[in-house]
Order: sequence, then C-alpha cells, then structure tokens
Amino acid sequence: MHGDLHARLAGVTRVYPGAGAHPPVHALVPVDLELYKGEFFAIVGPSGCGKSTFLEVLAGLQQPSAGTVTFEGKTVRGEVADGIGVVFQEDASFPWLTVWDNAAFGLRRNGIREAEVRRRVEDALAFMGLKDFARAYPSQLSGGMRQRVCIARTLVLQPRLILLDEPFGALDAQTRLLMGDEVLRLWRRTGATVFLITHALDEAAMLADRIGAMSARPGHFIEIIETRWPRERDSTIVAEPAFGKITGRLWERLRGESLKALGHSAMAPAAAAAE
Amino acid sequence: MTRIGIIRLLVIVAMIGALELACRTGLIDHRVIISPSEMASALANLLASGAITADIERTLGVIIMVIVLSIVLGFAAGLVIHALPRVREALDPFFATYYAVPVFIFYPVLIAIFGLSPMPIVMIGVATAIVAMIIATLNGLDRVPRVLLKVARVHRLGRVATAMKLQLPAAAPYLFTGIKLSVSYGFIAVIAAEFILSPAGLGRDIADAYADFNNRRMYALILFLLIIATIVNAALHALDMRWAERHSGGRP
Repeated sequence: MHGDLHARLAGVTRVYPGAGAHPPVHALVPVDLELYKGEFFAIVGPSGCGKSTFLEVLAGLQQPSAGTVTFEGKTVRGEVADGIGVVFQEDASFPWLTVWDNAAFGLRRNGIREAEVRRRVEDALAFMGLKDFARAYPSQLSGGMRQRVCIARTLVLQPRLILLDEPFGALDAQTRLLMGDEVLRLWRRTGATVFLITHALDEAAMLADRIGAMSARPGHFIEIIETRWPRERDSTIVAEPAFGKITGRLWERLRGESLKALGHSAMAPAAAAAE
Repeated sequence: MTRIGIIRLLVIVAMIGALELACRTGLIDHRVIISPSEMASALANLLASGAITADIERTLGVIIMVIVLSIVLGFAAGLVIHALPRVREALDPFFATYYAVPVFIFYPVLIAIFGLSPMPIVMIGVATAIVAMIIATLNGLDRVPRVLLKVARVHRLGRVATAMKLQLPAAAPYLFTGIKLSVSYGFIAVIAAEFILSPAGLGRDIADAYADFNNRRMYALILFLLIIATIVNAALHALDMRWAERHSGGRP
C-alpha cells in the first residue's frame, strides 16, 4: 500500500561525545525508518527522546554516529540535500527583512531570475494567507504568522521532503489546529513528503498517515501506527471516533516512556497501587 | 513630531528661557555664565570671522578619524576574538574593567613618542572608544539565534555568506549600539585630550578662553560643541529608532 521509497534511515545512531565530567549522551540507538513519497509521517515522544536529533540527522544537519541516511537514493552526508526543506520550532524569520524578502531569500540565493522569484513568492504568500502583509516586518506579525513566513520561505523552494520540527510548539491550541489545516493543504498541493516532529499526540493523530512513537532516551521506535485517514482531511476529524482511538493508543504506548523521561518508574497505575 | 518629542523640545526651550531670564535679570552673574542669546551671537561672530575654522577642521577631522578607526578596528577585533574562545576567556576580565583605567594618564607618554601632533589624541580617542565597539560586536555575535545558523545550513550558505547575509544583520542592533558608544566616547576623548595638553583644536581653544577669562569665546565654543554633539546624537538616535521600529513592531 506504500508508494515509492523517498528517504531511508538504516541503523542510525547518534551519540553526543562527553565533555569533561559529562559522559557521552546516546540520543538515538539503532533506528530504521523508511519514508515513502508523498506520505505524511509524524514522530511523537517524550521530551529529550531524540526527536529533533532524528530530524537533524535526516536533514543532513547532523552526521549520524553510525548507520546511513539516504534521500532519493543518494546518501546524506552532513549537508542538507537539494530538495529538502526544514521549518524549525523557533522563530527563524529574519527580522531585518520584510515578509516578501524573507520568502524570496532562498530563491535569490539560488540565483533564480527575478520574474520567477516574484511568481513563486506571490503564490506562496497567497497560499499562506500573507499577501496583505508582504511589506510588513516579522515583528509586526503574530507568532503564527511568523511561522507561516518561515513555511512560505521553505515552500518557494519547492522541496520534495519537508521537515517540520515542532513548528507550532509555541502557538495556542486553536491556532495550532488552524495551522494544522494549512499544513495539510500544503501537503496535498505540493505532493511533498512531510515529516513532522511534535510533542502533541492530537496533532500527530490529526495530521499524519503514519505516526512513529518514540521511546525515552536513547530514542528508538516503540511502535509505528497507521492512521488510515483519507488524503482529503482537515481538523474536523478530531470529532471522529477513530481520532480518539489513535490518540488513546499513542498515549498508552507513550505514558510509561514519558514517566521514564521525567525520572519516574514506568509501572502502570494499578501496579503502583498494588505496591 | 511625536508627543514625547514635543514635550522634550518644550523642556529644552523652557530651560534655555529660564537661563536667559536668570542671566538678563542678574540672578546669574555674567562673569559666571553669559546668556544663551549672547552665546549664540558670539558663536555667529566667531564663525563669520573664520577665527576658529582651522580648529574646527582639526578637531572634527581628528574625531572622525577616531570614530572610523574605533568602529572598523573594534569590529574586526570583535570578530577575531569571537572566533577564538580561549583568547576571549583570557580577555573578558580585561574588557569588564577597561573603563576603570583612565587612559588619559598615557597622554604624556604618547606625546614623548609621537610629539605634539594629532597622533597622540587619535590614539587616546581610539583607546577610549574601541573597547565599546569590541564588546558590542561580541555581544551581537553571541546573541545571533542558533536557529539562524541552522537556516543557513538548510540554504547551503558558506561561511562568508552566513556571516554577511545572516549573522551581521542579526547582530546589527548590537553593533549599532557599539557605534553610538564609540561616537560618544570618541567625541569626549578628543575634546578632553585637546583640553589637557594639545597645542591646537577646539578643546585647546576652550581651555585658553577659560584661562583668559574670555567668557564670550569660551561659551560660544562650548555651544558649538554642544550643537555638533546634539546633531550627531540625534541622527544616530533617529536611525536607532527606525531600526527598533522594524525589529519590534513599532515598540522601540
């Protein structure tokens, strides 16, 4: 039922070397994942489980300590491959540039002719609902709009793999739902493969075709859940009974891992009571 | 003009008016301070006579040289020190206590080395102003958000392009603070150095007028320096506000 293979991580580990009295940190133990063309994959897991490390290794922003990463059949080696776009959790808009110039940044860097820059930027800003703010500076926009500027900056480059590192982490719940709808629209329109990192189970359940539940550090997949949502979907699916089942399943798998991440015993409440 | 700007202007006008009134009514002895209108008239006469043109050229020339050298060298030094963390660690205490050292004490030594040329004044000025620029450069580069460096890698920018396109614009507000401080320190250091030992320049002129009890000339020169300093600072302030407006959504 899956399409063509788009990216693959095989036996990937990532160890941050120790420094002084600090021992090395094992962020990822051997992890394998295959991403298929045009799918929407989300990763959820407790804080500090290595989700962002996973994304950075996949993007080529970090070298794996062992294992290989391939994108469109080519090995990714410490450099972001052509066709990969990344949106970060932090506000990465450039405050000294207007919304328009933010969106055009990558195109101008790549020497794209100005007429094509104009066409793509206008299209991306219209798509992200930023057309009326083209001459505004990021400081004049809300957090959600600034994040949309960053998405527009990625979108104009027409990436085939879009990596989203908790892009809505700093937004309120309602805005996150609406931004989720926009990401789904973007995914359908571009046909790109989308890889989302989030700590919000409901966000993952609403957006993704497949959800990888990660263990506490050192991170690895404890389960990959298929949501089986239709491609044409939006945030109204949160009212579906299946949505509750998916989030319930995710929480069942992640509760113990989250407790571990907090430094608690991972035992179930009933077992704890029996103790 | 903004409401605060109008209030600021009114306060200045009121203070000048009060001083004018106090001088004209004899509340302040004219041997101590002359009235502002008399200062302005004395300055106009001085400028028209050309008597201080050479001193103005010399002093402003030295100030501009000091400011340019401090900004350029301070920025370059800041970049180098930022790239060398161990050197920075060694220099940090020195920067923290730098302005506790009165650099003017080295003026006689510099005169002994360079003679009575503008060079010792330039050196005193640069020594006073440069550290503010170095510290501002270090602060600015420290505060470039790490995520921007990741964005640079996503866009596959090289080191130079990352510095020019992202790091410098991101650090610009801090660099501008360094420029403002360097301008102020450079101005103060040059006038003070001229005042103490220089054979020429506006600072020397003020000192001579003071020694000769020539209040009209002394206050005219002081007024001239105040006007120049105010214009320069107002221009820098306006630029700063414009920058802040972009960066903080009109809430500088």
